[in-house]
Amino acid sequence: MTTVQTGIHPISTSRRVKDRIVQVLVYLAFALAIIPLLSVLWLVVTNGLKRFDLEFLTHSMRNIGARDAGGGAYHAIIGTLEQVLLASLIAVPIGLLTAVYLVEYGEGGRLSRVISFFVDVMTGVPSVVSGLFVLAFWILVLGMPFSGFAGALALSILMMPVVVRSTEEMLKLVPNELREASYALGVPKWRTIVKVVLPTAFTGIITGIMLAVARVAGETAPLLLTVFITDSINEDPFNGPQMGLPLYVFDQAGRPNDTAIDRAWSGALTLILIVMLLNLVARLINWWRSPARRS
Amino acid sequence: MATSLGTRKSGPALGRSAFRRSRGDAPFRFASLAAGIALLAIMAAIGVFLVVKAVPALQANTSHFLTELTFQPNATKPVFGIGALAFGTVLSSLIALIIATPVAVGVALFISHYAPRRLASALGYVVDLLAAVPSVVYGLWGVAFLVPFMLGPSKFLNTYFAWIPLFGGDPVVGKSMLTASLVLAIMILPIIAAISREVFLQAPKFQEEAALALGATRWEMIRIAVLPFGRPGVISAAMLGLGRAMGETIAVALILPATFNISFHVLTPSGNSIAANIANGFGEATDIGRGALIATGLVLFLITLLVNMAARMVIARRKEFRGAAA
Repeated sequence: MTTVQTGIHPISTSRRVKDRIVQVLVYLAFALAIIPLLSVLWLVVTNGLKRFDLEFLTHSMRNIGARDAGGGAYHAIIGTLEQVLLASLIAVPIGLLTAVYLVEYGEGGRLSRVISFFVDVMTGVPSVVSGLFVLAFWILVLGMPFSGFAGALALSILMMPVVVRSTEEMLKLVPNELREASYALGVPKWRTIVKVVLPTAFTGIITGIMLAVARVAGETAPLLLTVFITDSINEDPFNGPQMGLPLYVFDQAGRPNDTAIDRAWSGALTLILIVMLLNLVARLINWWRSPARRS
Repeated sequence: MATSLGTRKSGPALGRSAFRRSRGDAPFRFASLAAGIALLAIMAAIGVFLVVKAVPALQANTSHFLTELTFQPNATKPVFGIGALAFGTVLSSLIALIIATPVAVGVALFISHYAPRRLASALGYVVDLLAAVPSVVYGLWGVAFLVPFMLGPSKFLNTYFAWIPLFGGDPVVGKSMLTASLVLAIMILPIIAAISREVFLQAPKFQEEAALALGATRWEMIRIAVLPFGRPGVISAAMLGLGRAMGETIAVALILPATFNISFHVLTPSGNSIAANIANGFGEATDIGRGALIATGLVLFLITLLVNMAARMVIARRKEFRGAAA
């Protein structure tokens, strides 16, 4: 009886203190991370709302003088949506299929190790380098014009490895027992992947794709080198210079007048709203497809 | 059990239908292989075309590219080198990583294991929003708010900690390497945190419960069951962050004063980075100038390659295929 009582002695003070200290540190870390977010959002919203009106959303900067207050970001919004959509259309299929190859088909062979290694390298490809590459290859060597599509090419290079890595991590976390159960039922491998493995990992894959989209939507440097800058509306992403919202913010922030700085903040607000909307849609898809709701 | 399995295998009709390859398998396998090959081709093309466009400029250079500090490729006698730029890139990224990683792991742990269950997913969404804030917005914020704000803390560090070489030097300004590194740290924090959180959440529940049942405190449970499981994920997340910090262009270009010298004094108005220099210099670059910028981009590409190889060696410890149940 006495031995049992010693067995359930309360936790020693040093262990309890250590536990408490870590808890405080973890809470502190979260607070530390949230402060800059609140500061950024506060400044973007308060400064951005000054010019966030209907004119801003429906007009371009064409024929707006250097000191004029009017004008808007319509051309930049169109440009960003087209560029990010094109980049996703290129990057997501390639990224998903590559991840499937690495996890399901590669079987640790030499080719899959090489691909995996270069996905890692590609993860580290700085955005400005992908812009330089498209500039060197697409524009200088092939003689193509500056265009939204050139920007989308640069953005897709940045998206691919992020999609592959996050999808791969999620596919690896799918329990092998699920695959084995599916094979045992005589389901072919590709149907196992499409019907069992991918749906199981769906939530994580969507999170990864959203992070990838969020990463490229705000990229300025590759666009600077490939899309160029224009004040007019250009709805054709394959011909001629376009605008993008990050470029718009960068361009306006570099102009000396307060009216331009106001437009820069409003552009930043628009950009954040678009990205947040994308995030929200992804969350809704997640919720709609989640196993908890389907069962 | 064994005999029934044996008869199944040898049973001709059932065996053939159950193990026959499906018609859809080959195309699907081929498509996934082709995607992987396409990635390799893109990586090769990046290296090849950067070299092709960098060589003419390097041949025109009248100084040594690797050791020269100044950068004047547009002059009639081009003189340019990577020295100061590479130094600034590495220093600012390392400082950013050192600041961001511990905070990011703390944030990830907070959301996965400390926050009230009902709030956790909402707080996770908040961290996703942090990741969703575009870099150019952080740049704007850095210039408009953080640069003036950092003047006070910088002066404090310089007054009381000048005996640490990093915080020495004169004059002390807001537009400094430290401010740039801080913005970089804020920018890479959400990416490290989001991925770490995903991995921490996937840690095997039964192991956590087993640790708690054996009398472990919450911290001991995390140390035993969560951190070992999540370590490879955290490392790859940190590498993603480092890659982004090194390549980050606009925020650094706005904050750093674009000087071409080597100085460890992170509070003084000195410092530059390869990426920021490309953004600043592209506008007025001649043909040789563009080539010189592409050459520096090639060096940035090679530095990130080395970083990733080092990271690969750390992550390679976890080689075996394992699911969450393993």
